[in-house]
Amino acid sequence: MFNIPSTEVLIQGIMSGFLMGCLYALIAAGLSLIFGLMEIVNFAHGEFLMLGMYTAFWMYTLFAIDPLFSVPICGAVLFLLGWLVHKGIIRRILGAPMLAQIFATFGLGIFLRAAAQFLWTPDFRQVAHPLVQGPIKIFGISVGLPQLVASGASLAAFAFLYWFITKTETGMALEATAQDRQAASLMGINTERMFTLGWGISSACVGVAGAFLASFFYVFPYVGSLFGLIAYVTVALGGFGSIPGSLVAGIIIGLIEVLGGLLIAPAFKYVAVFLVYLIVVLIRPQGLFGKF
Amino acid sequence: MRMQKKRFGGFLAAVALIGMVLGSTGFAHAQAKEVVIGVLYPMTGPSAQIGIDAINIIKVALDIINNGASIDLPLAKSKGLPRLNGAKIRIVAVDTQGKADVGQAEAERLITQEKVVALFGAYQSAVTTTASQVAERMGIPFVNADSSSPALTERGYKWFFRTSPHDIHFSQVMFDFMKDLEKRQNVQLKSVAILNEDTTFGTDSAKAQEELAKKYGYTVAARVPFRSGTTSLDAEVGRMKSANADVFLPSLYTSDAILLTRTMRNLDYNPKLLIAQDAGYTDPKFVTEMGKEAEGAITRAPFALDLAAKKPLIPAIDAMFKKLSGARDMADVSARAFTAFMTLADAINRAGSTDPAAIQKALRETNTPPEQLVMPWTGVKFDEKGQNIGVRAILQQLQGGDYHTVYPFDLAVKNAIYPTPAWSQRK
Repeated sequence: MFNIPSTEVLIQGIMSGFLMGCLYALIAAGLSLIFGLMEIVNFAHGEFLMLGMYTAFWMYTLFAIDPLFSVPICGAVLFLLGWLVHKGIIRRILGAPMLAQIFATFGLGIFLRAAAQFLWTPDFRQVAHPLVQGPIKIFGISVGLPQLVASGASLAAFAFLYWFITKTETGMALEATAQDRQAASLMGINTERMFTLGWGISSACVGVAGAFLASFFYVFPYVGSLFGLIAYVTVALGGFGSIPGSLVAGIIIGLIEVLGGLLIAPAFKYVAVFLVYLIVVLIRPQGLFGKF
Repeated sequence: MRMQKKRFGGFLAAVALIGMVLGSTGFAHAQAKEVVIGVLYPMTGPSAQIGIDAINIIKVALDIINNGASIDLPLAKSKGLPRLNGAKIRIVAVDTQGKADVGQAEAERLITQEKVVALFGAYQSAVTTTASQVAERMGIPFVNADSSSPALTERGYKWFFRTSPHDIHFSQVMFDFMKDLEKRQNVQLKSVAILNEDTTFGTDSAKAQEELAKKYGYTVAARVPFRSGTTSLDAEVGRMKSANADVFLPSLYTSDAILLTRTMRNLDYNPKLLIAQDAGYTDPKFVTEMGKEAEGAITRAPFALDLAAKKPLIPAIDAMFKKLSGARDMADVSARAFTAFMTLADAINRAGSTDPAAIQKALRETNTPPEQLVMPWTGVKFDEKGQNIGVRAILQQLQGGDYHTVYPFDLAVKNAIYPTPAWSQRK
């Protein structure tokens, strides 16, 4: 039943699992942030990622800007999208029943997918010649350079996010709003502005992740659903609303996915992921770093 | 009160809209002299482009049949179907989303609501399986162009017809090639490793390959199924690398084929031979995007554009297709869909009737000569199981970013490159 891979393959697996995990974590970070802030699950989160990837793809195709350099553009475009989505949709349904909240973002996801297919066809597209591409050898082990860059950037983004939330005034206001909306409001924090900002930052994170992902993963209208599911599990595993939790959970999932596939069978790699998730939720329902 | 009126008006508008959508196809049906065929393809989801290409080539076929064309095909000479007093063919195309349950529900709707005389589709073997069950139960002919699960024609169905080869034909040609290559290059290939996506297509393909490998005397070093549409193939490629087989046999769809190529490069996995089971590897998008990177990859294919020199029909149809497809060339699935659709139209014409039983009988009597095909086959003629016995599979290899026919040796345009070039030697 168990398969014992060679040491080289095993080390390679651990490395690529770790690298992919960092990216999963960044995708999940935004989702977690919004949930922590206002207890809304954004079911269109995967589609935001898709739009981030398309932004990077079009920047490359139309203006020859490499995904590496379009990272700030993707972040900005998605920040704007998050801002607009909150102003246009989320703000109006905050007091609505839970089901209405679910369907609002779920419907938005379907709309974005269909719009992407309508505008850009369902073709698989790729950044043909990204600046960083191909593998490099580290101690004789071959790993993808784009993945390496993307995971490094993810870690940097996490560091920035952590610094922003814990050390800056705006970040602390954001955290205060997340902890107690009313109290924060009484302290003179404009909670409505915090929500909008939260949505902007959340989308910007996924936009940055999308730009890096576009340098090595194909883009198509349904790409968000592939990563979306993993993002939800990551958030639940790491703890709703916890940014460090997302990072740890993302890396755990990346590693389990590869090791489960290598040691047992690739067909069961998600079984392993969900099994670990279930065990964690049984022991700690709030997730690894969750507070509630 | 005003609010209520407004709401009522909105409700009426919605009802009218739904009525229009549902009714638009129904009205036309009342007119005589029209043959309605239900077409099932994935038009959303990961294989959407394949489905859209298939619909476009069917539109080319409809243009030829309904309006006539200066092409050397029997049905191009007149407008409409001559034996049905010039009746035109109309299709009702539906989106299966690539899902078996949706395919089944849509097949039922097409037969009961749209009153189609035949069904056509549905690309993914899993969808074709369920949709054709409905057709069988209701006694409506189902013509399949592009599903390669061998089991489809082993079910003893009376209303199911498949024009194209299935995975046993396709896999056999791979093993024949391996044997012939061993002789020609004076090398020895010992083992194969199979990687397959886990729906009907990949599973049946892997099963056929495993059985044939044993029959031809190769060891199966690994057979690894995986979930299609995954975010990473690192574990899968790791397993293939561990197995270290001479020949790597993947069966997967487009998105996975792109990811597989990238992952193989990252993890430095380079088997001596890569022979793919069509699907993703022959998607035109895969060729344009990954053609250079996947240099040396071989795929089985029922169709090749480079056969055009031997078949003048290919450039003629391709030119018509390009106008609809936004300059995409006709490729494997579109060529097969064209062939199968013309076969169905020809049968309806010969039946001289829209009675399903008459069409079924005419399909059984089909005997299309090779000159009328864009495929490299010896013809279209169905056996009692509904499988075309005139099929012939070829192998193509990516050389310099394009596919070229390399096997059977008598049809080959170029010599096969062996072994696959190292990653560092590719662009």
